[in-house]
Amino acid sequence: MTWLKHSIMFPSVFTDKLLRWVLRSGAVVSALVMAMIMLFLLVESWPVFQHLSLTRFITDSSWHPLEDAYNLMPMLSGTLFASIGALFLAIPLGIASAIFIVYYASPRSALLYRRLIELLAGIPSVVFGFWGLTTLVPLINQFHPPGASLLAGILVLTLMILPTIALTAYAAFSAVPNEYMRSAAALGLSRWGMIYGVVFPAARTGIVAGVILAAGRALGETMAVLMVAGNVVQHAESLFDPIRTLAANIALEMAYAMGDHRSVLFVSGLMLMLLVMTLSGLAGWLGKNRYA
Amino acid sequence: MCARNKCWVIFVVFFIIVSIWPNIGSAASKKLIVTGSSTVAPLVSEIARRFESMNNGVRIDVQTGGSSRGINDVRNGIANIGMVSRTLKSNETDLQAFPIALDGISVIIHASNPVITLNQQQIIDIYTGRLTNWKSVGGRDARITVVNKAEGRSTLELFLDYSKLKNSEMKPHIIIGDNPQGIKTVAGNTDAIGYVSVGAAEFEINYGAPIKLLPLDGVDASVANVRRGIFPLSRSLNLITRTAPQGLVRDFIEFARSTQVHDLVEAQYYVPVSVH
Repeated sequence: MTWLKHSIMFPSVFTDKLLRWVLRSGAVVSALVMAMIMLFLLVESWPVFQHLSLTRFITDSSWHPLEDAYNLMPMLSGTLFASIGALFLAIPLGIASAIFIVYYASPRSALLYRRLIELLAGIPSVVFGFWGLTTLVPLINQFHPPGASLLAGILVLTLMILPTIALTAYAAFSAVPNEYMRSAAALGLSRWGMIYGVVFPAARTGIVAGVILAAGRALGETMAVLMVAGNVVQHAESLFDPIRTLAANIALEMAYAMGDHRSVLFVSGLMLMLLVMTLSGLAGWLGKNRYA
Repeated sequence: MCARNKCWVIFVVFFIIVSIWPNIGSAASKKLIVTGSSTVAPLVSEIARRFESMNNGVRIDVQTGGSSRGINDVRNGIANIGMVSRTLKSNETDLQAFPIALDGISVIIHASNPVITLNQQQIIDIYTGRLTNWKSVGGRDARITVVNKAEGRSTLELFLDYSKLKNSEMKPHIIIGDNPQGIKTVAGNTDAIGYVSVGAAEFEINYGAPIKLLPLDGVDASVANVRRGIFPLSRSLNLITRTAPQGLVRDFIEFARSTQVHDLVEAQYYVPVSVH
């Protein structure tokens, strides 16, 4: 039956070869783009690496690039605080939404709820930022001025990454084989016992992937955070202190930066890139050790 | 089919050639070099783009480096035209200045704030954190939210120049990027104080933004007063040359001062100069 393979599944050797080259070209192009972005960041930030020691980015007194002070650490902490805070809120909410859709809601309301979350995923970040600036920030301001704060940033980011987590968790739950559920039901487990004891372990990889994806989005989100977080370069001491993230820093200052100022902005881009790379490395490591 | 390795090399080389293609063989017949202030450069770049599209074969290279670089380059003949974001000083009379736009900024507060005016010292005290409550300048009992601009912006530079402060001495609560964001921030916070381009503020007030422009040193903040040259927080943006401009240089400077570019000037929230 060897003829079958060539004539039906792979109509000719030529098509096979063509497809292979098309796919290869696609892979090369995307890999080159990635490599070029990295190279570009390095080339653009090279001028400062030549005459500034790396410790300056950690030990300088503040971030005032026009006055030769280049401390990036407050922005690193701001980025991490905002992202971790948002994940802290969005993970339970997202997973709860997915559980609701798959196991508790009636088919009608499940569909409605899922459409709602998909809609939330499609809203552009600048709209979230605008809503935050005109509604959320004045609201927080009434309790604790100035309103534009780490808290506002966390809340807006939560809204933005919630759909990512909810939809990937939903997909992961839907992919749990039906036999598992039947066996669990046959064993007389309660619905929550079934979800906790059977579904969670089976869907864990999918959920973790969704969380990593959401974390990446939270780290790199620019416009929405820029509009609500206040952008003062400082280590936040409370939820009500304004902060600046690395991505917001680039967007705020790039338009008018030149010389060293411009180069250090590329350094903050490089740092953001390293942060995301660490995250995906961590994800790979978690994936490898998931059965441990 | 070629050998696998060879194909790879050919593909990669082809990709690189294609990506740098536009840089090869585009030498223009006529070229102007414009250097100087980073405040003026974005506007001049826009004007240059329009000038290039109207005059075939002309290429205008706009580089930044500060007003002093513009002056040096023009004096040394490195640049045809310099860009300077202030009026020329008394020791720079060897150069000719052509204003292309005026830049004015005004202090804004929320429309519901009862404060009517602030003097220069009060503004400085608010921005350095010495005054933290509106009560001490005649307002209600509420904490002042100080809105500052991001480093590198021309409005910040002009404000620092007026207040004689360094940016590291300011104690802001919110840092913003462009003018519309600043106006929305102040409009959404009844106790905020900020500063934006006069043109942008007047525009937004006409569209109903709840903000108030404060007069400075007794002069009302308005585009009209900036144009008249009596508003203290303003400056003129100039193109400079060493000798009386001729040929292409003259054409470009005339174009940059003509009504054909007023929309570009206003898009950057500057005030066009009227030249006939």
